[in-house]
Amino acid sequence: MTTLAATGVLRASWLLLAFPVFGAAVLLIGGRRTDKWGHLLGCLMSLASFVYGVIAFFTLLSYPAQDRSRDLHVYSWVPVVGFQANIGILLDPLSISFILLITGVGSLILIYSVGYMAHDSDRRRFFGYMNLFIAAMLLLVISDNYLALYAGWEGVGLASYLLIGFWQFKPAPPVAAKKAFIANRVGDVGVSLAIMLMFAEFGTFNFSGVFATVNSAGTGVASALGLLLLLGACGKSAQVPLQSWLLDAMEGPTPVSALIHAATMVTAGVYLIVRSNPIFNDAPTAQLAVTVVGAVTLLVGAIIGCAKDDIKKALAGSTMSQIGYMTLAAGLGPAGYVFAIAHLLTHGFFKAGLFLGAGSVMHGMEDEVNMRRYGALRKLLPVTFVTFGLGYLAIIGIPPFSGFFTKDTIIDAAWSKGGTSGWILAACAIIGAGITAFYMTRVMLMTWFGNARWEGEGARGGAEPRTGQPQPQPHEHELHPHESPWVMTIPMILLAIGSVAAGWFLIVNSRFANFLSPVVGAPPDKAGLFTGPGIVALVLVVLGIAIAWAIYGRVPVPAVAPRGSVLTHAARADLYGDAFNESVLMRPGQWLTRLSVFFDSRGVDGLVNGLAATIGGTSGRMRRLQNGFVRSYALSMLIGAVLLVAGLLVVRL
Amino acid sequence: MTTLHVLANSGTNLDPIYGKVMFWILAVLAVAAGLAMILVRQAVHCALMLAVVMLSLAVMYAMQGAPFLAMVQVIVYTGAVLMLFLFVVMLIGITSAESLKETISGQRLWAALAGLGLVVLLVVSIGHAAIGSAAPQTDGNGAGNMTGLAQLIFTTYVYPFEVTSALLITAALGAMVLAHRERTSPKPTQRDVARRKIESGQVAPEPPPGVYALHNAVDMPAMLPDGTTTNRSVSDAVVQRDVQLGRDPQGRVVADIAEQDRIEAERQLERSAAGRTAPELRPGAGTAEEETQ
Amino acid sequence: MSPAAYVFLAVILFTIGGVGVLIRRNMILVFMSVELMLNACNLAFVSFARMHGNLDGQVVAFFVMVVAAAEVVVGLAILMAIYRARRSASVDAANLLKN
Repeated sequence: MTTLAATGVLRASWLLLAFPVFGAAVLLIGGRRTDKWGHLLGCLMSLASFVYGVIAFFTLLSYPAQDRSRDLHVYSWVPVVGFQANIGILLDPLSISFILLITGVGSLILIYSVGYMAHDSDRRRFFGYMNLFIAAMLLLVISDNYLALYAGWEGVGLASYLLIGFWQFKPAPPVAAKKAFIANRVGDVGVSLAIMLMFAEFGTFNFSGVFATVNSAGTGVASALGLLLLLGACGKSAQVPLQSWLLDAMEGPTPVSALIHAATMVTAGVYLIVRSNPIFNDAPTAQLAVTVVGAVTLLVGAIIGCAKDDIKKALAGSTMSQIGYMTLAAGLGPAGYVFAIAHLLTHGFFKAGLFLGAGSVMHGMEDEVNMRRYGALRKLLPVTFVTFGLGYLAIIGIPPFSGFFTKDTIIDAAWSKGGTSGWILAACAIIGAGITAFYMTRVMLMTWFGNARWEGEGARGGAEPRTGQPQPQPHEHELHPHESPWVMTIPMILLAIGSVAAGWFLIVNSRFANFLSPVVGAPPDKAGLFTGPGIVALVLVVLGIAIAWAIYGRVPVPAVAPRGSVLTHAARADLYGDAFNESVLMRPGQWLTRLSVFFDSRGVDGLVNGLAATIGGTSGRMRRLQNGFVRSYALSMLIGAVLLVAGLLVVRL
Repeated sequence: MTTLHVLANSGTNLDPIYGKVMFWILAVLAVAAGLAMILVRQAVHCALMLAVVMLSLAVMYAMQGAPFLAMVQVIVYTGAVLMLFLFVVMLIGITSAESLKETISGQRLWAALAGLGLVVLLVVSIGHAAIGSAAPQTDGNGAGNMTGLAQLIFTTYVYPFEVTSALLITAALGAMVLAHRERTSPKPTQRDVARRKIESGQVAPEPPPGVYALHNAVDMPAMLPDGTTTNRSVSDAVVQRDVQLGRDPQGRVVADIAEQDRIEAERQLERSAAGRTAPELRPGAGTAEEETQ
Repeated sequence: MSPAAYVFLAVILFTIGGVGVLIRRNMILVFMSVELMLNACNLAFVSFARMHGNLDGQVVAFFVMVVAAAEVVVGLAILMAIYRARRSASVDAANLLKN
């Protein structure tokens, strides 16, 4: 597919970026003067981008399928011969999908935040950061070269750092923000190395230039690029082994979690892999690594999600798992790219809906996040219950809902890969689907059904001895769960509609595949809606629901977490991801640091100080030559003259 | 053939044997005088040695066909520059002679070594360069040395010549500026002088040398009315000269005074033995009177 | 006598002058030694002029004399100024370079 110059309304595509950047600049520079109307401006800017995105989308649709890749050259960043770093905007089916997701879902989350953050004194700053987040993410997806992509990539990391640590007065959020930032840096190193390698090998950063020459560069270069990009994707998308930051990132305000998980940050890794599809198509090794990472992550995330009592952390585990599906699909090559993006889009809807629902529950429950203190909320928060329930049905993949279509196609694609690897991958995906059903049902049951465990002491079901964990809740005396205001419920309703319908809309008749195939290649035609692996997955989903009901629905949920098995403990500890990082990376790092400090103070400083002392001592001795007597200096001159004559003589003779 | 004859012949067509004899005499003289110049202690002697070297060189110039330079050497160098040196030696005075003891350790050794090395290296390199014998003179077209020089100076070298004139004027001005003693305070009036004299407690003029002294010499300190001696009567230059020559007039004066006191005491003893009371005289005045008797 | 002999003599006189600069402390004598060095140079110039058979060397020697005269005038004036300030003509006394 050739890239054409942008014409007509697409020539204004810089507006996409300009709106949120303007919003962020006004809100962050304007300071308290903008407190009154800052949140409105933030929403407006995001909506303006969305409106332009819709216009651009329909403009692209009006072109023939082969002409839908439009490039707008914005300016030359580094116009040097042999190093042309041009900043340009690429609008094609892939980027427009992301634009719509980011600005659409992002706008809904921002509108929701107006209500959610209403009582926060720093709401204006929050909206400034959110606009920055959206701007960075847009820069990431609309740039037509890896350099600007990297700028957006780093901008996303910065904005996530600012937002996760938004409540700086608490102890945990800043730590979580730092953790997210550092884990992302590890991935960023991969991306930056990949970009350097590209420049060294191809002499350009442009997608078109790199993709045109990657074929001739050989498998080694493509594999190296693919693995480096995968490292970056792992960092940004919270894939194993860089997954540890995502669960801690729940310390940020809930809309931030929704934005990170649904629309912006974690999708960046998937976008990077799909965008770099010509590189991965040439690198089977890297593709295999991608699928392995995806399969491992989807299981790890699911298992972690099973054991978390914190509703947001359970949802975070599910995000890891769902991104794992997408990564798995992206690793399958042209057969999976379309489905990875499709699942990403539907996931954007239902996960945003779930997070906003969780935020709504927290809003009604005075920021309680422990599901063991929830229960029987369905009558008190009916709108939230319905939207959350639709999101639930979507994520576990019940047939008419969107998750079914997109997840099922991924399982099918893995199965169709064939061979042992395809079989194993499909098995992982199917098992993951079953676990997903289990933990999401668990979340549903603990939150909405059962007994109300928030009604004072007596309501705390379960005869478990309290092993130190529960402290008396300060607000327990008067807890009146209530439905959220309309400004929060309307976005949830809209997202619920997306959760219900998006999958069907995208997958049936291969709409999305046809739209996206000029960029990423077409997947093979599918036999039908219900395939063998899909039916197995459905059976496992039902089984998971049943088990969850048996444990959490049939008997009252204890208000204090039971001891649990070894696996539960492991899952509660994030499958020892942090412990692994600590023992394998942090401790040796500390030793290395100490060693470096020792080497620095003794070796380097010793060398430097020794040199200085040597020079000082020598100077002290040489200083005696400088006795101030003219005759001594004259003697030096004479000796110099003698040496000069001697030198000349030596040269001439 | 006399030296004048040599000068008149401008060296170029000098009988070789005379040239050789003259050269060796003058060379030995010049080197000996040069060595003496840097080795003798008195500045005046040094200046004289330098004059010997310069005159030797003047003759050598003449022997090498440079009679004009020879004359300039005699008139300007030996006549003017050296006289200037002598004037300065005179102005600076007695300190112009220095002690030959070296104060910077190793300076002489290194200077000798460096000088020796320089001589050896230069001689080797010059010997290696194979300096040819005298070539027949081409400048001036046989019009004579002076005419040839004048032609060169006022044609080829006219700009350097003009620059040297500027240099000389500048040097003259510089010398005037440096030698000029700036008055930094108003000139004392007669009243000021008188007041200062009264305030100093020394109203009378400085004691002249030798007054009340046992020794009638300029380097003898004067004896004040209270019998003590004062160095104010002796010129600084005289004192420095005594130090240089290893004399100690002060000590001798003290010894003489002690001797005089002893004689006086003996005389008083004699007088008291003779029944006469000792006259109440100031010791210094008494001795002086008796000395003059 | 060949010019080479004169040049050798000039070298010896020059070195004597140089050593004199180094070992004498009296500024007047240092000046005299410098004059000796200049004279040695002049001798070499004159010898070279004779060797080449032209008068340029003599002209240079003439200029050297002029410059030397100027130098002596200024140098001795400086010497007088120093002597007036410090009551000493020793070059070692003027060691302000030390601090």
